[in-house]
Amino acid sequence: MVIKRREFLQVGSLATASFMVPKFLKAFEKGQLVPPGNKVLVILQLSGGNDGLNTVIPVRNDIYYKVRPRLGIDKTKALLLNDEVGLHPALTGLRDLYHNGNMGILNSVGYPNPDRSHFRSMDIWHSASRSDEYVNTGWVGRYLDAQCAGCDKPTQALEIDDTLSLALKGENAKALAMRDPRRLYGTSQEKFFKEIVAGHKDEAGEQPVDYLYKTMAETVASADYIFKQSKVHPSNAQYPNSTLGQSFKTIASLIMSDINTKVYYVSLGSFDTHVNQSGQQQRLFTEMNDAITSFVSDLKSNNRFQDVMLMSFSEFGRRVAQNASGGTDHGTANNMFLISGGLKEKGMLNAMPDLADLQEGDLKHKVDFKQVYATILKNWLETDDLKILGRKFDYLSFL
Amino acid sequence: MVVTNQLKNQHLLWRAGFGPMAEELNQLTNASQKSYYQALAKASRKTPTYLDVADNYLKGLVMGIDEVGKQQQRRELNEEERRKVRQQMRDDIRSLNLEWMNQMVHSDAQLREKISLFWHGHFASRNLNIFYQQQLLDVIRKNALGKFGDLLKEVSRSAAMINFLNNNQNRKDHPNENFAREVMELFTMGRGNYTENDIKEAARAFTGWGANAKGEFVFRKGQHDFGQKTVLGKTGNFDGDEVLEILLQQKETARFITTKIYRFFVNEQPDADKIEWLSARFYQNGYDISALMEDIFTSDWFYSEKNIGTRIKSPVELLVGIRRILPMELENEEVQLLVQRLLGQVLFYPPNVAGWPGGRNWIDSSSLMFRLRLPQLIHDSDEIRLSPKADDDQMMGMKDQDTKKKAAKAGGNNKGEKAVNRVMRQQIQASINWAPYVKRFEKTPKEKLVGELSKTLLQIPSSLKDQLVMQHADTSSRESFIKTATIQLMATPEYQLC
Repeated sequence: MVIKRREFLQVGSLATASFMVPKFLKAFEKGQLVPPGNKVLVILQLSGGNDGLNTVIPVRNDIYYKVRPRLGIDKTKALLLNDEVGLHPALTGLRDLYHNGNMGILNSVGYPNPDRSHFRSMDIWHSASRSDEYVNTGWVGRYLDAQCAGCDKPTQALEIDDTLSLALKGENAKALAMRDPRRLYGTSQEKFFKEIVAGHKDEAGEQPVDYLYKTMAETVASADYIFKQSKVHPSNAQYPNSTLGQSFKTIASLIMSDINTKVYYVSLGSFDTHVNQSGQQQRLFTEMNDAITSFVSDLKSNNRFQDVMLMSFSEFGRRVAQNASGGTDHGTANNMFLISGGLKEKGMLNAMPDLADLQEGDLKHKVDFKQVYATILKNWLETDDLKILGRKFDYLSFL
Repeated sequence: MVVTNQLKNQHLLWRAGFGPMAEELNQLTNASQKSYYQALAKASRKTPTYLDVADNYLKGLVMGIDEVGKQQQRRELNEEERRKVRQQMRDDIRSLNLEWMNQMVHSDAQLREKISLFWHGHFASRNLNIFYQQQLLDVIRKNALGKFGDLLKEVSRSAAMINFLNNNQNRKDHPNENFAREVMELFTMGRGNYTENDIKEAARAFTGWGANAKGEFVFRKGQHDFGQKTVLGKTGNFDGDEVLEILLQQKETARFITTKIYRFFVNEQPDADKIEWLSARFYQNGYDISALMEDIFTSDWFYSEKNIGTRIKSPVELLVGIRRILPMELENEEVQLLVQRLLGQVLFYPPNVAGWPGGRNWIDSSSLMFRLRLPQLIHDSDEIRLSPKADDDQMMGMKDQDTKKKAAKAGGNNKGEKAVNRVMRQQIQASINWAPYVKRFEKTPKEKLVGELSKTLLQIPSSLKDQLVMQHADTSSRESFIKTATIQLMATPEYQLC
């Protein structure tokens, strides 16, 4: 019985995969593992409120150095992008991406009436809500709702973590969180669990118990599917041994396979640098830089970089002035990195923040983060952004 | 499904409390729901004791009283002291969490603790001050079964809420509408029953309402707007209390609260007729919460099949429920905080002012798999091997107590002590006292055991075949069989429901 069920699941997985990627499109070129055009979004969350001003540094701005006498990063140390702007010294790989035309930097991204609580502001970014409304679903989750009514497995979006973020929870569909495919497979293959799923009569009921069994069955099926896909073309590239490095390696292996995943989600933190910011940000940026560098080079050598978009964000930036503890406190608007081989517009996508025009010591936002979401949903994931975001936002031109 | 007397009693105990205790399993077959409810209500009438876990160091610094009770000059704290205070506050909120959970497990006042958990989500406040949190919890537990108006007024004057909703910044010449908005949208009437102008006007009435560092309510006369306001069609020189009175006069408030209570205690799917009946009586009774509870728990419809076994237990209900039916000594109590975090409900850290959304929102692949593994983890003391997401509001750049030991190992740093600590943290070190539970089944014939266990543990008929449970259970002795079959039955989707 058990074996038969597994065979059934395998057939099911293949059927879904071939639906997403028609076999006749499969290129025979060397190194072309996946046919072109299968767009993927990777979201990198910098948890804790990354200090944007020490990430993308206004190296010729006197105000910056004046309000950050201790924390300001000297022009000679910054990695210069142009006369005015430099990157944090740890971001060497990102500098190269910038110069190669594979990165866009969007400044002053935020939302009206910003909230300075980590959790609440993250809530707002995840749910794509206004700051005075409470929404229990996330924007990627609602993408899943729109995308996969009747999907048998929640693998269209995956989070590389032990718990699932609000961003990936829809009304009906929820993504799946896992640290690594082998472990997920191991847990879900526990005999008792498999047997209770197999023993449950599949009544497509609306009762909570049906929902629980459905979630369980999907998990077992997905675990199997993801594990198989992760073994199709496991990445042989060198990745740093950090948590983020290994997460990106997992993502790369899946991106090179036939899997139907469109969105990957991964977090790094904590960037909550109230105290002794320099060391902490340096350490986290080194981890981030090395992981992204390996990831991009892996994608490039497998001809996937054209179709992969990596987007970074943080729940808020930090205050313009340093505090008395060698750190910075919670602020508002922030910058985002957009990294891909398929950008329409690259480099500095808009003006650097105006440090002479602040609101109570904080940057004013010029771009609503929901515009970024709308642009990606419409022009990258090719879906109905209005349906997912509930409101119309002006598209940006990077895609 | 046959709705047996036992099932009805269990239904009552799960909804009006945190499920049956091992010791009371014998009474479940014969007791009547009325008598059970009366006992619960009676035990819940006692005034609860103030849960005070705040550290003496903090009391000394913050409240101006040191450990031996001497007066200490209040002064500005330096950076180092402030950090220490934050750290201690955070630790104390963890202790308060555990202490309240112990109340939920052990207290006879099950109804009061249960509805307090409801109000804790209704009047949700994130606040890193232990004194404010203790005070708000006390306001809630004391008024949980009293008049809703009293509860509303006390919560509105609490330092926790005033700070969380920025009312300290609500001043005559620069009103902050946050509190006025949430009090209407979330605490009383709900969306669609007031206008933006009502919020603006109400905010003026709350100007000058503040709280001092000790957590006491202060009315700052100079910041209060004494002018005329029009709120919900009424005009006068209202102050905050009068606006709360106006909100209580609205029948929408009774309906909104009753609907929320119905969905929490009876069924996630609201029943318009029942809610209309309940809310009319709630309003007539001057918002008497006890009377509303009695209306619900002594009605026949509460015990009808469609309301039984349909609620997805919240993480706290799940954990407390397990501890009630399988009484246990927890060597590392704080591991429960890790469980709360992994399952998405940490007491005192609601996601936002709207509280925990509940229902299906508790469930996704990872949370469900962890719920299913939980009974086994408790029974076998297996390693949890999962890391929750960081909560930066809670951490404030400090180390994560639930995961830092893990990092020590990952770094290959195998200093003996650290490694041991790490394992302790990541395991649930519980010794279950099985005797009272096992005793309940001492006369059950062997072939009926799985069925009886199932009826005691699960609120809906299980699709599990007895045979499957028997295959996976330890049959070496009757006692081992009862234990392992119980763990198996708890590791099912059905056990997530009550």
